[in-house]
Amino acid sequence: MAGRKNNIHGREGVAGWLFVSPVIVILGLFLVIPIGMALWVSFTDWNGNGSPFSGGPKVVGADNYLSLFAKDGLTRANFMQSIGNTFYYVLLVVPLQTITALLLALVVNNKLLKGKSFFRTAFYFPSVTSSIAISTVFLFLFQNTGAVNSLLKLVGIRGPQWFSDSRGLLHLLFGAVGVPENPSWAQGQIFGRSAWDWLAGPSVAMCVIIILVVWTTTGTFMLMFLAALQNLPVDVDEAAALDGVSPWQKLRLVTIPMLRPVIFLVTTLGLIGTWQVFDQIYVMGKGAPAGTTMTPAFLSYNQSFKSFKYGSGAAMAFVVFLIIVVLTWFQRRLLDEDRVPRRNRRRTNPPAGAVPPEPPLVPVPAAALQESHR
Amino acid sequence: MISRTRRRSTALAAIGTAGMLALAACGGGGGGFDSKASQAAGKGPVKLQLMIASSGDAETNAVKAATDAWATKTGNSVEVIVASDIGQQLGQGFAGGSPPDLFYTDAARIGDFAKAGNLFAYGDQVKDENFLPSLVQAFTYDGKFYCAPKDYSTLALVINTDLWTKAGLTDADVPKDWAGLETVAKKLTTGKVTGLVIGNDINRGGAFMKQAGGWVVSDDGKTVTADKPGNAAGMAEIQKMMKEGSLKFNTDTNPAAGWGGEAFGKGITAMTIEGNWIHGALSKDYPTVKAKFAELPAGPAGKGTLLFSQCWGIAAKSTHQAQSVELVKALTAVDQQLAFAKAFGVMPSTQDGIAKFATAYPGDAAFAAGGAYGQGPVNLPGFDPVLAAFNSKFATLSKGGDPKAMLADLQKNGTAALAG
Repeated sequence: MAGRKNNIHGREGVAGWLFVSPVIVILGLFLVIPIGMALWVSFTDWNGNGSPFSGGPKVVGADNYLSLFAKDGLTRANFMQSIGNTFYYVLLVVPLQTITALLLALVVNNKLLKGKSFFRTAFYFPSVTSSIAISTVFLFLFQNTGAVNSLLKLVGIRGPQWFSDSRGLLHLLFGAVGVPENPSWAQGQIFGRSAWDWLAGPSVAMCVIIILVVWTTTGTFMLMFLAALQNLPVDVDEAAALDGVSPWQKLRLVTIPMLRPVIFLVTTLGLIGTWQVFDQIYVMGKGAPAGTTMTPAFLSYNQSFKSFKYGSGAAMAFVVFLIIVVLTWFQRRLLDEDRVPRRNRRRTNPPAGAVPPEPPLVPVPAAALQESHR
Repeated sequence: MISRTRRRSTALAAIGTAGMLALAACGGGGGGFDSKASQAAGKGPVKLQLMIASSGDAETNAVKAATDAWATKTGNSVEVIVASDIGQQLGQGFAGGSPPDLFYTDAARIGDFAKAGNLFAYGDQVKDENFLPSLVQAFTYDGKFYCAPKDYSTLALVINTDLWTKAGLTDADVPKDWAGLETVAKKLTTGKVTGLVIGNDINRGGAFMKQAGGWVVSDDGKTVTADKPGNAAGMAEIQKMMKEGSLKFNTDTNPAAGWGGEAFGKGITAMTIEGNWIHGALSKDYPTVKAKFAELPAGPAGKGTLLFSQCWGIAAKSTHQAQSVELVKALTAVDQQLAFAKAFGVMPSTQDGIAKFATAYPGDAAFAAGGAYGQGPVNLPGFDPVLAAFNSKFATLSKGGDPKAMLADLQKNGTAALAG
């Protein structure tokens, strides 16, 4: 009996492997092995000529990484500027797109709203349009004599020269409250860049890209929030209504806590997508003005395909990869801690087989992602 | 049962191994071709690939006609590929081990391409064609003349004749030196019109540095000379005219212009400094604007202009190098170059060609003359990001940027790039 049982299980195992093998082979061929190859390239001085594995290129150890952090030079200056730019970009884009998407989802989920499907389609539309096409349209909108500046002119504001304005928002803010240009307290050097430069904030040109990205990605995330909203248990809502909560209390204390897995999904996807921003940069100025729209992804591309320093380009890509992993892990910890008060933590780890009472299962990958990480 | 299981795992392993092998084959693909990369004997008809970055249909069709003619005569065939982003497409071709046989190569990229071992140096085989010496220098890196110059452009002073006469100026007033330039620029600056508008980087402003006796690197390309006083003097002259209000960068005009030619066409400026490519833009977008061209005014160190050029690069990995060189010889023949000039307005790269060009197009004499003393772009490897960083600071000259500090950075970064 026991032998037979083992036999059955053994066959199941093989069948399982057989079923997943196409995916494993494809993922391995096109994902894992290329990543391994890129990692290898990041430790060499490969110049793109011939194979990076057969003798030609020298292994330079961690030199490519050191030149990004420790060695004073143009590579580090460019890389650090791109990190600074992207930091502010992510800092603005992720919260903005998450909040806007949630608000839009709440609006189009409203039972009293007429013409729901029209609004859902309208809000989702930017997401299904090619980012290159949208970037080109934005180029026209934000031209110096374009639609945006014409609108501003109507209300008496002289719009900035969007794409050639390299001034940082925070610098402008400092200027407005009377902080002098490049003050003495901001002279300290961090990775070869003065504190004043780090504090520049996103440039005016970068703000255009931020607006563009928030506008295009919000639709997708709205859809995720919408799916989650429609799966929230109605009885909880009714119970809350019976308890006499105001709409704002309901949103803050009932709806949002139940949406936490989706919020995690949306912020994580947002975080990953924003650190890798490339196509908008490629279309809208390639880092100009004054390098304030340069991002690590675009710099890595330039370093590889324009300067033929593939090793250094690959190293940049891996640094960004690490940044994303660390930030995602950090963010997961943050949302996880919030979700369950510390004293209750043990109980939410149910014995195997038991159905977890919380969170409500939402038919989006968020739930799966969240659960598999437990 | 067990044997079946084992057979299945063997099959699995086989699939995995096959995958690995396929990948290894891709990765090491270059190896197999390397052995064949030596010069082919030139027997039998071959199929050449030529990658170009075209300015438009006129250029594409002219190149196709020229290569077709050669192909019919020699029995070979040539496929012309129009690249949308030639730098990236070439990078992919080199890395993948199968670049096109021939391709446009910008003078500024010679060092990068040559250092990476991507270029076949065939300069010796075409040196008798009497190319302009400044062009030969532009395509020489580390003592080797790499490829045959295709054509060239130089910068000249572009003058709006209507505004010129309206300001009461005559042909005798065409500036010969910086003082003359300052005078006419001031006279031409009225209301919404700025006297002179130029691009905000070294590719335009660098002409002033050259006229003051400076340049980024020494003639032999062995030392960085950004800290030579001529460079600072040239940039100081730009700032001086900016303070007087008679010179602006294209990005600082109101409304801002994409480049000097746009500012010129829209009548924002009476003069600009551009190359002969401005012909096409003017006739297409601003057909009513009348222009004349003069050589750039001389600075304290004499005449100076910048020169831009591309060559017919041949891939080091091409298996048809002999035929490629034959094709290049046909494409750089004087008559063919004049045909290109007629089709899309480029200037011939050979001395005989440019002499005939100057007679055929007297209005362009100023551009042609620049070939004798023009400064080609910095063609050293690793200078692309260095100059990009310098250019982004160059644009701040109009906002009081300090030329000395910019040049010191350029000197530092350039020296580091030169060291590798």
